[in-house]
Amino acid sequence: MAEDIGDGSTAEMDDYETLMSTTDAELLKTAWRNEKAAPEILQFQAQLVKRAKEQIQLMEETVEEYEESGMDPLTVSLYQMDLDRAHFLLRSYLRVRLQKLEKYMFYIWKNESLWSRLSDPEKMFVQRCIDDMEKHLQETVLSKLPDNYQSVRRQSVISEEDDMVPEPQLDTFIACKARNRFVSLRLADSERPLEMERHDVSFVLYKVIEDKIGADIDLV
Amino acid sequence: MAGQSDPHVSLFSPPEVEFMAEDELVEIVPNMRMDPLNFICGDFGPFYPQIPVKVPLWLAAALKKRGKCTIRPPQWMSIENLTKVLEGEREDRGTFQAVPFHYIEISRLLFDHARDDIPDIYMVRSLIEDIRDVRLHKVETNLEKFSATSAVKIAHLSAMEVNVVRPFVVRALQAFYKHDNPVLMVDLDSVSDRQSHVTRQRQMPNNAQKQPLKRR
Repeated sequence: MAEDIGDGSTAEMDDYETLMSTTDAELLKTAWRNEKAAPEILQFQAQLVKRAKEQIQLMEETVEEYEESGMDPLTVSLYQMDLDRAHFLLRSYLRVRLQKLEKYMFYIWKNESLWSRLSDPEKMFVQRCIDDMEKHLQETVLSKLPDNYQSVRRQSVISEEDDMVPEPQLDTFIACKARNRFVSLRLADSERPLEMERHDVSFVLYKVIEDKIGADIDLV
Repeated sequence: MAGQSDPHVSLFSPPEVEFMAEDELVEIVPNMRMDPLNFICGDFGPFYPQIPVKVPLWLAAALKKRGKCTIRPPQWMSIENLTKVLEGEREDRGTFQAVPFHYIEISRLLFDHARDDIPDIYMVRSLIEDIRDVRLHKVETNLEKFSATSAVKIAHLSAMEVNVVRPFVVRALQAFYKHDNPVLMVDLDSVSDRQSHVTRQRQMPNNAQKQPLKRR
């Protein structure tokens, strides 16, 4: 395989990349991408979000100062652009999570390990969502159904489980890349592990990589 | 609304893919003097006239738009290299040539903002379009050769290409997986005729035994 980008600077780029990836913006971008690509909700990156919020706030104040002190408008607008980009990442990260929470509120609420991945405001959000949803369903539909069918989470009293609760589909395939030079994945149906190099894009079952996200693997 | 794209078309909208590509570094030659920029996403500069410096693509585009610099096309975008890549793509039907992960987005941004900085731009553009076509076609034909596997690895696939083929590949792999493991997989068929296509992927009741409701 012709490994010929002709650049010669790929090694240097790799080092720069590792340096770059330690900036919060880069970490936030990775968190956002992973969250978007994963079918279930991932661990809330509390530290990262806190730092990002602080940096954004600091930058907002700095930009205001610059504007008032009459710094040249070009520089101010460039700082504003960087600020907008970081802001977008943060907002979109939170919104993607909210979308998942809305979709799977009952499932997450019932599930200990998923519940522990939420931030405190998110937990409050889910609780309120559930209360509102239950109230709404009760008033519009459930109270008018025969007695045995009035539960929000079960079709009827005879259901053995909560079968009206939407679940995220974990049997789905995810595109991912190895974060480091080389990652080895254990697959169910073959003894040979799947070897992933830096430039490989793999579509694998979510279950196979779910505990490796953020460490060895990046979702694409 | 900050980036909520329709997941049934593709996971990331093209602007979102471009957003991710805009952090890639590219070399510019400023024509003015500017102090270092201390951004949230990193520190760049200081900028001196005629001294090349590496900045993220979004910054390069912004400066170029305001006439403050010229952009140096990356080395992989030379006609010589692109021709080599295209030939490689055409000869080698089974594998992809090594290209930068964001080659489509980077070249698009440069075409839009830095036309005058790219020598022989028509040639470069047509080469890249050809490369895109050959690669996309290759993905399609290779996918036909899927045997039932639980994973597919494609070397040197680029970001935009992943995003475009993702829905198809995921559905194809899911179908294989379902046929191999009928017990484990959620029964998509029984769900689909009760609910409309749009909501199908959103509402997935779990695997528990459902009391069959009266079907209309």
